[in-house]
Amino acid sequence: MIAANHKARQIKDVLMQVGACVCAILVVAPLVLIFYHLIKLGFSSINWEFFTQLPKAVGETGGGMGNAIVGTFILLGQAAIIGVPVGVLGGVFLSEYGTPKFNWWLRFAADILNGVPSIVWGLVVYGLVVIPMHGFSALAGGIVLGLMMIPLVMRTTEEVLHLVPAGYREAALALGVSKWKTVLQIVVRTALKGIVTGVLLAIARVSGETAPLLFTALGNNTWAQNLKQPIAALPLQIFNYAMSPYDDWHRQAWAAALVLLLLVLFINIGVRFLTRDRWKSKV
Amino acid sequence: MTSATINYETMEQKPITTALAVRNLSVFFGTNQVLKSVSLDIAPRAVTAIIGPSGCGKSTFLRALNRMHELNPDARMTGEIQLFGDDIYARTVEPVVVRRRVGMVFQKSNPFPTMTISENVTVGLRLNGVRDKKLLAERTEQSLRMAALWDEVKDRLNTAAISLSGGQQQRLCIARALAVQPEVLLMDEPASALDPLATSKIEDLILDLKKSYTIVIVTHNMQQAARASDFTAFFYLGELVEFGTTTKIFTSPSQKRTEDYVTGRFG
Repeated sequence: MIAANHKARQIKDVLMQVGACVCAILVVAPLVLIFYHLIKLGFSSINWEFFTQLPKAVGETGGGMGNAIVGTFILLGQAAIIGVPVGVLGGVFLSEYGTPKFNWWLRFAADILNGVPSIVWGLVVYGLVVIPMHGFSALAGGIVLGLMMIPLVMRTTEEVLHLVPAGYREAALALGVSKWKTVLQIVVRTALKGIVTGVLLAIARVSGETAPLLFTALGNNTWAQNLKQPIAALPLQIFNYAMSPYDDWHRQAWAAALVLLLLVLFINIGVRFLTRDRWKSKV
Repeated sequence: MTSATINYETMEQKPITTALAVRNLSVFFGTNQVLKSVSLDIAPRAVTAIIGPSGCGKSTFLRALNRMHELNPDARMTGEIQLFGDDIYARTVEPVVVRRRVGMVFQKSNPFPTMTISENVTVGLRLNGVRDKKLLAERTEQSLRMAALWDEVKDRLNTAAISLSGGQQQRLCIARALAVQPEVLLMDEPASALDPLATSKIEDLILDLKKSYTIVIVTHNMQQAARASDFTAFFYLGELVEFGTTTKIFTSPSQKRTEDYVTGRFG
């Protein structure tokens, strides 16, 4: 009786373990499949031309996505200029200032904003920036990505600031250091790596956004001239090329997808590097 | 209860012989009264120990002396505290200024992990606008010497502070507090997380520091209070039960509860 029971328990135990393992593999499998697929279809189109040339006209072969790569970096740069200061200071407010009740509402609002569909963000900025400026622009694209970054950066900043032990704040205040200097020079400095990590992950998150750019940056076939003009971006270029009927463009779309994924991968590797260092110094 | 040890009449007339004069101090956290009308005089250039069982309000009392209790947004106080004659709760006085004059060392050593040893010592000065490199270097050596740490760290001032041992970290925190040249040093169980050897070093240091500083120390350790302090205040349930010279408190206390506590019968 006891032995049989024991056997049944052992079987349940193994089943549970196998089930969890299968699910864990299912998590990793899409990543492997995506990489395999993108490398297979896109790698052959990646060459020097791809990074440096403009797209060729329909029918001509060759050409590249230099303008879209540069455009993506310009858009991300603008987004960071808007999203990082507002997001970080917002997170500082949540962690170091404010009243519990007010902060509860702020967090609630930030979490809702994090869940707003990206196409809605695009429409909002279309209404707020594109229509008043009478045209699609790089600026509008940067603004929409920056706005999307704010709640992400704000929440991660708040979380890492909460990890800073209260003892450091007390030690600084007990030295007669004012609150704002304590916050900036002690608390933020202690959590800086965590904040940078949050910022990088937010940049990685918005770097692949396509829908909001359709209503704002629009896309462009030439090099970026100024921020008031529409600008090319990798996700937009992928969207346009993938929808086209031309095989050459399809291949380039795969290549662009691979480049975009590598960008995100490199950002994540950078984050790993930073966080590993952080844990080491804590121990 | 406390009137036996303090003579208000003579206090007013004499020149200032108290570092901190506490009058009718009550502290509330929300509706919870943590300190009940405490009055006592802390002598300059002497060590005053605050003893009592957990939750008796001794840490709150200590933190009220440099307004650190105000970090709790629910905190409220009544009464008066004078630091060498200055009302530290006067409406025009900012807590930042009080804390520059009344330094603090905490139970858990907390050197800043992003800074080197010397940066930790000078952080209070630098964040208050001191840029003079020579002065900072001077103050680093002076403070580390006073904290009896100089000989151990003088060859590695630019290494991370968190590379030091627990006892060294605590002495670094003392050096950091001394570097801003406070008049009073508050210590909240500064040795309770340290091993016996490191503890005895901190106690020696306290005896040394009282030559130039007024020290108030909260401790759970009766032997430590007896060894290191000149005056002892016994708190119980938010009240000051008895205050007097350490010798008197430990050998012939006038209150039964004090005697029970210092002899280890409760608490």
